[in-house]
Amino acid sequence: MVGIVGYGAYLPRYRIKAEVIAQQWGADPVAITRGLQLSEKTVPGQDEDTITISVAAAKNALRRAQIDPKDIGAVYIGSESHPYAVKPSGTILIDALGIGPHVHVASYEFACKAGTEAMYVAYSHVKSGEMKYAMGIGADTSQGAPGDALEYSASAGGAAYIMGSERVVAEILFTHSYTSDTPDFWRREGESYPRHGGRFTGDPAYFKHIMGAGQALLEKSKLSPADFAYAVFHMPNGKFPQEVGKRLGFKKEQLEVGWIVPWMGNTYSGSSPTGLAAILDVAKPNDLIFMVSFGSGAGSDGFIFRVTDEITRVQDRAVKLREMLDKNKIHLNYGEYAKYRRKIKLNE
Amino acid sequence: MITARYHREIPQRYRLEAGKCEKCGHVAFPPRLVCTECKGKKFAPVVLSDEGKLTTFTVVRVASDKFSKETPFAVGIVELNDGVKVTAQIADADPEELQIGQKVNLVFRRIQEDGKAGILCYGYKAVTA
Amino acid sequence: MRDVAVIGVGITKFGELWGKSIKDIFVEAALKAIEDAGVDHIDSMYVGAMSPGLFVGQEHLGAVMADYLGVTPVPATRVESACASGGASFRQAFLEVASGASEIVLAGGVEKMTDGADVTDVLATAADQEYEVYHGITFPGLYALIARAHMQRYGTTREQLAAVAVKNHRNGAKNPNAQFRSEVTLEQVMKSTMVADPLRLLDCSPVSDGAAAVIVASMDVAKKLGKNPIRVIASAQASDTIALHSRSDVTILGSVVNAAQKAYKMAGVKPSDINLVEVHDCFTIAEIVVSEDLGFFEKGKGGEAVEKGWTSIECNRIPFNTSGGLKSKGHPVGATGIAQIIEVYEQLGGNAGARQVKGAHIGMAQNMGGTGASCVIHILEAK
Repeated sequence: MVGIVGYGAYLPRYRIKAEVIAQQWGADPVAITRGLQLSEKTVPGQDEDTITISVAAAKNALRRAQIDPKDIGAVYIGSESHPYAVKPSGTILIDALGIGPHVHVASYEFACKAGTEAMYVAYSHVKSGEMKYAMGIGADTSQGAPGDALEYSASAGGAAYIMGSERVVAEILFTHSYTSDTPDFWRREGESYPRHGGRFTGDPAYFKHIMGAGQALLEKSKLSPADFAYAVFHMPNGKFPQEVGKRLGFKKEQLEVGWIVPWMGNTYSGSSPTGLAAILDVAKPNDLIFMVSFGSGAGSDGFIFRVTDEITRVQDRAVKLREMLDKNKIHLNYGEYAKYRRKIKLNE
Repeated sequence: MITARYHREIPQRYRLEAGKCEKCGHVAFPPRLVCTECKGKKFAPVVLSDEGKLTTFTVVRVASDKFSKETPFAVGIVELNDGVKVTAQIADADPEELQIGQKVNLVFRRIQEDGKAGILCYGYKAVTA
Repeated sequence: MRDVAVIGVGITKFGELWGKSIKDIFVEAALKAIEDAGVDHIDSMYVGAMSPGLFVGQEHLGAVMADYLGVTPVPATRVESACASGGASFRQAFLEVASGASEIVLAGGVEKMTDGADVTDVLATAADQEYEVYHGITFPGLYALIARAHMQRYGTTREQLAAVAVKNHRNGAKNPNAQFRSEVTLEQVMKSTMVADPLRLLDCSPVSDGAAAVIVASMDVAKKLGKNPIRVIASAQASDTIALHSRSDVTILGSVVNAAQKAYKMAGVKPSDINLVEVHDCFTIAEIVVSEDLGFFEKGKGGEAVEKGWTSIECNRIPFNTSGGLKSKGHPVGATGIAQIIEVYEQLGGNAGARQVKGAHIGMAQNMGGTGASCVIHILEAK
């Protein structure tokens, strides 16, 4: 049996409300919040980045797994906002957590699905028998261009997954990836902000690839949507995951626990991984979980998890996603937000 | 930030690695060559607790150029549960609500950067528990 | 060790001296001291300066100043102990004469802080770089940590801190060389910009350019020159941990306690024998803590003392910082320790004008570096 032996997430305390951003740019706050089904999003503190978020999430995963960090054979971090263009985020993380030095480290990039890529590769190493444990992390401090639609949703957060074959809390039954060249959203080297194709990001991109991976998973597993306790998809806004869930045959109630985007925003590579963490926090033994991510460019990674009896042993060992999402929030005004996100031109 | 100088302090800044005097038990952080208490020269590696309380603090409102965009920020002396004291920023804090004796935990944060093109420097900060 | 006297002094104005270089100001002070002393040569010289390398890009100040003063080939050494560089410079000169190695030694101090360096950054090199400054703390921040602890433990108030600034400005207004010659009110101090809670702008000594120099000599030389010698009856120095967090109690400056004990013993005097003290008020809280650690007031009562006026010239119980202190006189770092000696010297010689302490015949100068990681104390006596 191979799967998740420890999981952990981290969200920063800072928030900005969608209506505050709307007011800044002269947009109708009601139309925005209703249209995107987003009320607020997380903002990283000035001293937080993908690396610090990954370390916090990984610490929580280690608290749950209770393994010796030196037994982890590989650490992969997937993000769109790695602090260095050249120098993997994982090297700093392993030294912070006492992992390695006999460890394989790499950074992954594929828009919003870099996190599930990291999870998939970590899982594959354990499945192949190559190593005892491997960790895959999805974390981001994503940026949206000022005044652009993405500014309402681009947020910060991450989740870490330690894969192993002993005391598995959620077994991975099936995986499937679906990829094609679809230029729906991209960022050129040197550019500060990404660009996107507007409505082209919908059916030809998000829906096509999630449906592609999702349907293949259902076929492979011979399971039907009704068999699943929970489903979680990449969440660029509140609407899209609900729509794709519906198209795949899931009911709204199955999506509810993982649907944290209205208060978190889109944590890009952290999106479905944090949604999964919220689910694992409350899941019961034998629950089946359906997860499909989406990364622009484009591709989707799908997983089917079966929760084991071990889950109840680990859930309370670290802070839960909902507690970080709902408590101790610090709301910012637009000026503070712009300063924290370095959108203000400094005299450098 | 000269890279070698930063690299040398990583075990302390990332993992709170200290040295416990084998003769008298006094813990030195960062590790030293000579024990200040008993002049002993042999130390055993030990890792500090990441929980403690604030013994004093201030809010820096006028900082050096490097930290000028982050003001106001709180800095304090944290007495960790094993008795060792460290100086650290108190992150995500409302300065009005800080009190001497407040319980804090140490977390991993970005402390500074060497300009736009230099290395990023990480380490510990305190957050209220 | 034989007796040592101070026989001449020289000082520049302290302030923003845009038109003068570090060499200009040091030489100005040194020439005045040499002339005042009436000597026709010196045997060696010491130059106290905290960070000329970082402030103006120049190290090797001993050689630089010997050259520009025109006294090569005498030995010349730069002395550094952060903000106690001046006091340490004086101590080196004292030891050289006391030991019999030299007859006439110039002890000077200088700092040129306004040439464009990030002053906060440079001054922070006096603290623990890797474990204090790395985290963004500044010097006002470090003293604020001391202030908050002192206020919490002993009930020292914001008003008492401000009273230090008010007194020192009142004294500085009578000092022709002071950087700030205007008085300030309690309200002005309490309303000034917050720098590091609870310390405000007017709790902090300023950024200054300036230089000061004294000539120390053997009693033989003093007698030959017909001087009424002001004798150095104590010279003491002590160290403490570099980081504030390494101290068991941040409200006690151990180096001050230790150096004071040694100084009193060497001079054979008690605090009650001292007629005036120049203390290192880099921040108002420092004066309060030092007044306790020098043994003038019980621990925790330093705030009450200044509030009640016991350290004012008018009260004449134990005047502190008749010069105006670092706060009003200015704090060109390396020069401060020497400037303190000069104030004591002028007081003991009856030349302090409107600042004169009546009947002053024993005076103390306390200089310290960083958050008290080093402390140098001298006691002078007029015969």
